[in-house]
Amino acid sequence: MTEDVITLDYGSGGKKTSRLIEEEIVPRFENTALAALGDAAVLPGADHLVFSTDSFVVSPAEFPGGNIGKLAVCGTVNDVAMAGGKPLYLSLSLILEEGLPMDTLRRVLDAAAAEAKEAGVSIVTGDTKVVEKGRGDGLYINTAGIGELVTPGLSPAAIRKGDAVIVSGTVGEHGTAVMLARNPGLCEAELKSDCAPVHRQAMELGKALGADLRVLRDPTRGGLATTLNEFIEGTALGIEIREPDIPVSDTVQTVCDMLGLDPLYCACEGRLIAVTAPERADEAVRILHQYPGGEHAAVIGNITDQTPGRLIVRTKYGSGRIAAKLAGAQLPRIC
Amino acid sequence: MAEESIRLMEVCGTHTMAIAKAGIRQMLPEGIKLLSGPGCPVCVTPPGVIDALLELARRPSLTLATYGDMIRVPGSKRGTSLAYEKAAGADVRIVYSAMDAVDLAEREPDREVVFAGVGFETTAPGTAAAIKEAARRQLKNFSVWSMIKLLEPSVKALAADPDFAINGFLAPGHVAVIIGEEGMRFFPDDLHLPVVITGFEPEEVARGITHLLRQVRAGEARLENEYKAVVRPEGNPAARALMDEIFEKRTDDWRGLGVIPASGLGIREEYAAWDAEKKFGIRAENVPVRTACRCGDVIRGKLDPAACPLFGRVCTPEDPEGPCMVSSEGACAAAYKYRGIYD
Repeated sequence: MTEDVITLDYGSGGKKTSRLIEEEIVPRFENTALAALGDAAVLPGADHLVFSTDSFVVSPAEFPGGNIGKLAVCGTVNDVAMAGGKPLYLSLSLILEEGLPMDTLRRVLDAAAAEAKEAGVSIVTGDTKVVEKGRGDGLYINTAGIGELVTPGLSPAAIRKGDAVIVSGTVGEHGTAVMLARNPGLCEAELKSDCAPVHRQAMELGKALGADLRVLRDPTRGGLATTLNEFIEGTALGIEIREPDIPVSDTVQTVCDMLGLDPLYCACEGRLIAVTAPERADEAVRILHQYPGGEHAAVIGNITDQTPGRLIVRTKYGSGRIAAKLAGAQLPRIC
Repeated sequence: MAEESIRLMEVCGTHTMAIAKAGIRQMLPEGIKLLSGPGCPVCVTPPGVIDALLELARRPSLTLATYGDMIRVPGSKRGTSLAYEKAAGADVRIVYSAMDAVDLAEREPDREVVFAGVGFETTAPGTAAAIKEAARRQLKNFSVWSMIKLLEPSVKALAADPDFAINGFLAPGHVAVIIGEEGMRFFPDDLHLPVVITGFEPEEVARGITHLLRQVRAGEARLENEYKAVVRPEGNPAARALMDEIFEKRTDDWRGLGVIPASGLGIREEYAAWDAEKKFGIRAENVPVRTACRCGDVIRGKLDPAACPLFGRVCTPEDPEGPCMVSSEGACAAAYKYRGIYD
């Protein structure tokens, strides 16, 4: 690494995050469960269990469509589900900054409790720390989750040439909603985070498709393009997605155009990407359509062997471009 | 003119990105080449200015407000950037407009807020408005370092190069909104080259290219406005009057193009209280470009980004050597991010 300090780009979910994890973190803790680098680990020796953890530092802590408490529950529920788990138990740890309004904390905890109930998980352990004013941004939350492995074998390694790539709904809502919440007055657009649990549709897909469901992933930090890149990095397979088929709401597209952002790299918090056997793709989409937020679920592309290790976006004009992982966070442009 | 030698240039970073994203180069018939000119404001800022900006950001109780584009641009020493300074303790904030920086200064009266005023004619009126507003609010802790540059002198400097070989220009619609069709007349009148003012949707860019090709093939050199819905012949006189009130033309230094007379906008003496250069005694040294970085040639359309020996190997968005690789409007960033499949 050329830098001798951590810059914000190391937290963007892009190439710099990958390098930090692969060069500085994984080698120090080497083991087979970690090496898979999935959203959650399947535990060797207790291989009916799935285990995951995630920290939440979103600013502002409350945004249209949710707050950090809801996000903290959905995020870990979804991570467990993406590894094939049925989420059961969560821990919840709070790092609170001196001066945080008690009402804010109550709203965040209420949202977490409501979401846990809705998702059918119990928060069974936790921790609370308070840091001095100026040492934290209001509040941070860490959650960890344990689930029962109900759909074994989900892995990028299961992907085959010709498989279909499916997204469960419109992309980019969370990332753009938070960016607007951070900069009120930037534009009038009404945008809500898509923050929601997706474990039920994940389990339903696993039950219906069995081994024809290859892999699941929720496209959070770094968005759709980053997640698809993770599937094929360093493999002999590539992915081609068709830009006109990718569901993006007009509002998200407009906000992105205005700010110089690409919706394919904007975070989702209530969507999943599924890779399935091609002949089961329509069935998978039909299943996704039945769930809230799944109205726009669609097959957006295929696995190919034409462009090894690369994600290709085919435009409506027929031209293609590579959509690589970004180096760091997306930055709004000058004009 | 033989088809294989038609060379067209866009002179706006937003066009650069739109063209790369839609894969327009792949769709052009063989022999027609589309080059990127000096249209990325961050890219044409010379390394000495970036160094001075980093130095400024390090000053205690100073807050540097900047557009996101500037954050990762490397200084003359490898690894240095505003992102690095921020991580090392400098107070660097990303803003979306100059007016956001004025509000920031009002909210935080104990901080000296300096806005890094990068851009072309598109952002100049907004920056002027911010200075005027700061004056109206009598904000003593706000100032602007004007790095604003002008389209016409840069294109004329390009055209003065003995190797200059461009057959026509795509002119950016949003610059034309300010300077009007009149402000683009120098292409046919002085340079005897066709120009088409166009928008930023792929269809609009493609239409612009079609019209340019027709002119080139017919041996014409006219101004065409394909962005009539928003670009008026006279442009926006109110915005230009505001620019004139706050700014005056001055000699400016460009990466790749060197020193060009009357090519930049400095803040007039009447508004010196909001001029960061005067307030903080900023002096940009003339720092030579280190390493084999060829951003200067890329900016002039002399070199394809991918033909730079550093492109994608030594120089990537995560470890950039030059600004063209990290600015969100840079030609190298566009070429790297949207590499075509067949490149």
